[in-house]
Amino acid sequence: MATSIKKLPDIEQVLSGNGACGGCPATMALRIVGKALGTNAIMLLTPSCSVASMGMTPKLGYNWPCINITFASAGSSASGITHALEIMKEKGRLEGELPTVFSWVGDGGTYDIGFQALSAAAERNDNIIHFCYNNEAYSNTGVQRSGATPRGTYTTTTPSGKRQPKKNMALLMLEHNIPYVATATVAYPGDLYDKVVKAKNTPGMKYIEILAPCYLGWQFDMAETVQLSRMAVRSGAWLLWEAENGKISFNSPSSNIISGKKAAEPVDEYLMKQGRFKRLLQGSDASQRIAEIQGDIDQQIAFMRERAKINI
Amino acid sequence: MKSVTKAYRPISWPMKGSGGDTGSWRTHRPVVDHNLCNKCQFCWVYCPEAVIDRIEITIDYTYCKGCGVCAEECPTGAISMVNEEEE
Repeated sequence: MATSIKKLPDIEQVLSGNGACGGCPATMALRIVGKALGTNAIMLLTPSCSVASMGMTPKLGYNWPCINITFASAGSSASGITHALEIMKEKGRLEGELPTVFSWVGDGGTYDIGFQALSAAAERNDNIIHFCYNNEAYSNTGVQRSGATPRGTYTTTTPSGKRQPKKNMALLMLEHNIPYVATATVAYPGDLYDKVVKAKNTPGMKYIEILAPCYLGWQFDMAETVQLSRMAVRSGAWLLWEAENGKISFNSPSSNIISGKKAAEPVDEYLMKQGRFKRLLQGSDASQRIAEIQGDIDQQIAFMRERAKINI
Repeated sequence: MKSVTKAYRPISWPMKGSGGDTGSWRTHRPVVDHNLCNKCQFCWVYCPEAVIDRIEITIDYTYCKGCGVCAEECPTGAISMVNEEEE
């Protein structure tokens, strides 16, 4: 059972009046992450909306030491910092509990540009948490396609819809044999909180991916951010799971979809809420396009169901 | 060399309002009806801006951007969005 909302700590690490858009899912998720990590942490940011949201010098919107680094270096920079902290502790220059080193990176910095450094950090099993807040496009630069963009999506670089399915990044990270991998989304804050606490208390490389429905990129009304996140989970377009030492377990409500207790909702309603799909579903080929997207989702559900049975 | 004071270092410090008084971005203002509110704290947890007080369920209008997530998620319908221009 996930932690109930009333039991979440009071601590606020995202300060009011930052530069994020109204209804931003990234700050929404970062607030919950802050509650789990506490103040003793170091944050690394690659170019993304979250850097723009920090606000203007001399004020900072996040209550952590923040380091802005280059796009491709999330994994390597975090590794360097965590190694430096360990050596400072060894030499007696640092006392008390070591700060948690975490990178807060968008899907561009994880799926595409930052993948090489991240993969290397995972292979070295360095003691860091990598958060990917996934809004399925390069939203900060005006919505271009990324490796996380699903099939049939309108972006400025795929005006007739992306033709390729997205890659399963969380599973790719799991295949690096790291101790903890999880997926979460903003509509289930208790679930996200538990996963971050678990990651904080696990030594080694941790990877947590958070689905963040961006109203600008996805083209829906900003008040519906949480609704869209919930619909993505209920339709099976986003699966909530975690893997401790390689053993996958699914979290509610995705566990019901995987076990077959409750069928996933048809994807139509989820697609029609979003302008990025809806604008391409007006013509005569609409049903064929929806079938393609539904096919990708069904394939992922079937694949993850079988993948979870492997426990070697 | 003269020592550089804190204000002139190229370093930012955590404080509220790093994007200015973001309440001025708002077109619609959330208003809480305390008679309907059951203190479930859903608005508090989903607020991206951390402007809602958890216990009192009051909103800091200096920084509230008026996204409407709180009104959408409120299970009892206690929060309504009022147009800023209609006083």
